[in-house]
Amino acid sequence: MIPAAFDYTRVGSVDEAVQALGQHGEDAKVLAGGHSLIPLLRLRLAFPSVLVDVGRVDEMRGVRDDGDHLVIGAATTHDEVMHDDLVRQHCPVISDVVSQVGDPQVRHRGTFGGGIAHGDPAGDLPALALALDATFVIAGSGGRRDVAASDFFVDYLQTVLGAEDVLVEIKVPKLGSDWGHNYQKFNRVAQAWAIVGSLALVRRSDGSIDEARIGLTHMGSVPLRASATEQALAGASTDVIADACDQAAEGTSPPEDLNARADYRQHLARVLTRRAVEHALGG
Amino acid sequence: MPRISVTVDGVTYEDDVEPRLLLVYYLRERLGLTGTNVGCDTSNCGACTVLFNGRSAKSCTILAAQADGAEVTTIQGLARNGEWHPLQKAFNAEHGLQCGYCTPGMIMASVDLLEHNDDPTDEEVRHGLEGNLCRCTGYQNIVKAVRAAAGEVREGATS
Repeated sequence: MIPAAFDYTRVGSVDEAVQALGQHGEDAKVLAGGHSLIPLLRLRLAFPSVLVDVGRVDEMRGVRDDGDHLVIGAATTHDEVMHDDLVRQHCPVISDVVSQVGDPQVRHRGTFGGGIAHGDPAGDLPALALALDATFVIAGSGGRRDVAASDFFVDYLQTVLGAEDVLVEIKVPKLGSDWGHNYQKFNRVAQAWAIVGSLALVRRSDGSIDEARIGLTHMGSVPLRASATEQALAGASTDVIADACDQAAEGTSPPEDLNARADYRQHLARVLTRRAVEHALGG
Repeated sequence: MPRISVTVDGVTYEDDVEPRLLLVYYLRERLGLTGTNVGCDTSNCGACTVLFNGRSAKSCTILAAQADGAEVTTIQGLARNGEWHPLQKAFNAEHGLQCGYCTPGMIMASVDLLEHNDDPTDEEVRHGLEGNLCRCTGYQNIVKAVRAAAGEVREGATS
């Protein structure tokens, strides 16, 4: 399958990228690793007239320490993120979830920011970013702005990123050692997208749960938090886990496809959330 | 049209490429390196796997334009002085193939795997090759071949 014709320009900085996007407007797309975009081009589901390649923009690569946060460059590959020492030390949940994205070849080329900017609710990273309360730094013609993960995902494959915007970096909070985590990804074969995924981040203290954050993958047109479960778990003893996780699908309208009907997805969300919370607590 | 300079199996090429040209078609049709196969063309099967700047990558999901300045190794660049790479020998000896279509990609993905883990368990091999599909389902002997090659690579490193 051959993509429709387009022009290609490689930029050396974020400013150049914004400028190039400004010139070409709606018809331009940002290319980083290309592992979300190139499959769409080949299937001719996307028809940009210009690709702006940010894959070699140094300021968009790597992970740096920023006090109580880590800052991950959007064009850092999955493989670089999952093996990064800062990530492993301060936010090991990221390493764990990223290690389940695609397969090794995909992780060598695909980028952390690309997996988020693509906005696919079946992808693993949107729910991760949402559960972490990550902040996205976006560069556009009006300068840079911060957008909370909870405001970023608009609809299926749609985010707040405008035609002239570039996702530059992702800020994530460092998590102390009192946080446990677990991601339950349910799929039929190793490299497939999640039919449903549930990510649990749980802060423990002496037999009870201080705080829980649950991110759901592929349970709607955007990634979701299992808010009812989070509220039921906050400050509760571990005895309530099963009841709390029974509320994991509350308020969701999951998609239907060949793999699962909506009610089956809701069932999976409840079961996977319980497993994720139990594993996150070390059970 | 972007002009690229790319080193493939040790030879540097300079070419003008159409932006939409995928690396795998550049390798096969422009350079005639047909050892790298196109399987699914949907980033799933891994038949087109090459080493891209030393790491395994699916050449159907890379634009030739992105390969400017890159070093690419295909299955045809693995042998040294006419002698097969330990993985090529092991896939032969252990019968790690049936129809052989996935083999170039399996071997290139395994080169990367062994470079980062020279003594993988069966499970680590299976996990490490999850980006490569064998539709003959000949996985058992593929795993045996990779582990056999790992032994040879380790011996080669110590001798």
